[in-house]
Amino acid sequence: MKLKIALIGNQNAGKTTLFNQLTGSRQHVGNFPGVTVEKKSGIIKKQYTHVFNTHARVGQPVTGEEVHNENLLQIPRNLEVELVDLPGIYSLSPYTPEERVTRDFLIREKPDAIINILDATNIERNLYLSLQVMEMHIPMVIALNMMDEVRKAGNAIDIDRLSKDLHLDIVPIVANKTEGVSELVQRTISEAISKHKPQKIDFCTGPVHKAIHSVAHLIENIAEKHSFPLRFASTKLVEGDEIIAEALHLGENDKTIIQNIVDDMEKALDTDREAALADMRYEFIAGVSQKSVHRKGDTIEQMRSVKIDRVLTHPIFAIPIFVGIMSLIFWVTFGIIGASLSEWFEAFIEWITSIVDSGLTAFGLAAVPHSLIIDGAFAGIGSVLSFMPTILVLFFFLSLLEDSGYMARVAFVMDGLLRKLGLSGKSIVPMLIGFGCTVPAVMATRTLSSRRDKLLTIFITPFMSCSAKLPVYALFTQVFFPKYAALVMIGLYVGGMVVAIISALLLRNTFFRGKPVPFVMELPAYRMPTMKTMGLHIWEKARDFIQRAFTVIFMATLVIWFFQTFDIRLNVVENSADSILAQLGSFMVPIFKPLGLDDWRLSTALVTGLTAKEAVVSTLAVLFGSEAGLATALSSVLSVPSAMAFLVFILLYMPCFATLAVTKREIGTRGAIAAASFQTLTAWIVALGIYRLFLLFF
Amino acid sequence: MRLSRLEPGKQAVIKSVAGEGALRRHLLDMGLTPNTEVFVRKVAPMGDPIELCLRGYELTLRLSEAELISVEPKESFVFCSGSCSSCSSSHAHGYAADSGRGRGGQGRGRGFFGRGGKGRGRGRGFSLFAKRGTEE
Repeated sequence: MKLKIALIGNQNAGKTTLFNQLTGSRQHVGNFPGVTVEKKSGIIKKQYTHVFNTHARVGQPVTGEEVHNENLLQIPRNLEVELVDLPGIYSLSPYTPEERVTRDFLIREKPDAIINILDATNIERNLYLSLQVMEMHIPMVIALNMMDEVRKAGNAIDIDRLSKDLHLDIVPIVANKTEGVSELVQRTISEAISKHKPQKIDFCTGPVHKAIHSVAHLIENIAEKHSFPLRFASTKLVEGDEIIAEALHLGENDKTIIQNIVDDMEKALDTDREAALADMRYEFIAGVSQKSVHRKGDTIEQMRSVKIDRVLTHPIFAIPIFVGIMSLIFWVTFGIIGASLSEWFEAFIEWITSIVDSGLTAFGLAAVPHSLIIDGAFAGIGSVLSFMPTILVLFFFLSLLEDSGYMARVAFVMDGLLRKLGLSGKSIVPMLIGFGCTVPAVMATRTLSSRRDKLLTIFITPFMSCSAKLPVYALFTQVFFPKYAALVMIGLYVGGMVVAIISALLLRNTFFRGKPVPFVMELPAYRMPTMKTMGLHIWEKARDFIQRAFTVIFMATLVIWFFQTFDIRLNVVENSADSILAQLGSFMVPIFKPLGLDDWRLSTALVTGLTAKEAVVSTLAVLFGSEAGLATALSSVLSVPSAMAFLVFILLYMPCFATLAVTKREIGTRGAIAAASFQTLTAWIVALGIYRLFLLFF
Repeated sequence: MRLSRLEPGKQAVIKSVAGEGALRRHLLDMGLTPNTEVFVRKVAPMGDPIELCLRGYELTLRLSEAELISVEPKESFVFCSGSCSSCSSSHAHGYAADSGRGRGGQGRGRGFFGRGGKGRGRGRGFSLFAKRGTEE
């Protein structure tokens, strides 16, 4: 038998922690259709469902006396329970994609049960969502998370009382210590199997009550026809939810009646429909929690957060501290740990390559397949994989910042600056990561709430010069600007930021008009992330990266290898100047001629740079002969202005295929193509400008 | 009075929430409903956004959103009690007491850089070493 259970809760309620505890690494990540909201699902580990099965077989009432109809339960022997992790939301309004996705999921997919996870230290606001989810008429259990913090503070929650008032099963848990998690699963399964739906509780009073019930009577048949939960539909109609009204295909007549009902209610309460319902829910929650929540004061974590924030969000020190923390992270990542790790890893890959190489030679494999394996597959994947350690180290630090709750503060501190660019404080995170690697930066845009912000951020993040471009800068400054190397480097980094700012301002006033999204965000208490969650984060990233290396990047390197090895008549070329790649490169020459780049080898290098930006250097080395002669060769085909144009083009043009692939995953094919075209066009225009400018002086 | 004009360290009761559509709904959903007590914890370095404490949790919003919320300031500077549990405990008390004292010469400065802030009065609850008064 298969059961499907949905996991719902506020952001920061511990949803992901619980999900990871229950499913381990056996999970499947996918996007919801239509919107780029991620949906994760996984099978709950046997250790949790197994206990239930054995107990049930010997006829023990596992879940205590509160379980309803436990004598009638038919527990299947081979139970498989799928857990679906829904986006973290605060309400079921019709406005945000996350909330709509959750509603649609509950209405259309009809999971067998819901686990609603609440942050027990902040129970009032967390219950607000529960009251709406209950109306869905789906078996439901409340997981009261972070009970250890509540207890430590000397506070108490009367679970029985709360459970009675809400008519719901409530299980206290501590998700990061797996406390109470088994019991939670068992109770949820028995609720699912017994199909025990939440009772209707009348948390509404007076005029609201009257309005909801009148609407419920009116639409009873319609709701049933469209298989909508009646209570949910009526509440939402009273609230003024257009989407529900449309989904039910209400006639004009019904709409008028509902409008009249709502008008009466608004008049009686002297407020509008949305405020009336929000107020009613919070009123009910206040009543319930007064009876069952005994609160002496703040939790230790909350008090600690206030103290930490006195320093970290201090009006003067906040920005310097933030800059300091980020510099430290980049220095450690690229300067200390990441660099040596990457070196070892690179040596390791080279070692394997050489073994395979000599093995193939001993075997006497023909030259072409040999070259395919060594120069194509190994060289391509190896060059990309060698970046993995650095990226993982960077991600370790960034998820430390994120899980501890500091990122939310950074958004708070930086919002004022970023708003001037039409972005919100939350965009700072991807832009920072962009200096390391654009791939994880684009992935980090997932935390942005509006599509407009996400698009704008993805468009400009690649202008933050990624670490892979450094080898190119190093080579060119050494050849053309030996005296001013540092100045040119800094100029490029700052130039990238300036272009990003100008682009943001331009795009904001043209393609991405529309209001900046409101910045209404919870600041969670600081919490020490557990090693287990951190480990899982890193593992997920590593898996993602390896997957990409062996799919997109693998294909790309094979294509380049193919073009580089054969000529148009598919003969193996002696000199790469005769290859298809060279021919393609010469087609591109007219495009780059205005920038002073009229050698096919330069344009070819720009094309191979699309697999990874470091490939520009290796391609130039191959095409111009040895690396030793590269400097003289380069200065023979490039002048100072054209060298500068080349560097600027490298800085700004479309990022590597790996970035393109994640961009496509985040904003779709059209978005990815638009972003790449925008970046390349910007690169061309700016490079032309720089070329012309430098021509005046040199 | 608008919530955006409420100084850090001060407390107020929400009277009404203006605006429309998604934004208004989100404000209401986050618990900014009439008759809720809010406490302005602090202002970001650029003078915007602000950090609020309500219903026992911390929420940040921009001045433009706080503009939509009209409030009735509570005149008690020493004790802020009620639904915002953080306010009722000692640290908030420290801010509030400071706030009372520093009021005179403080001006309407918001934050360090923005909004024409004139100097940093200690009354705005920014002090790194804000005194932790004891309750009662």
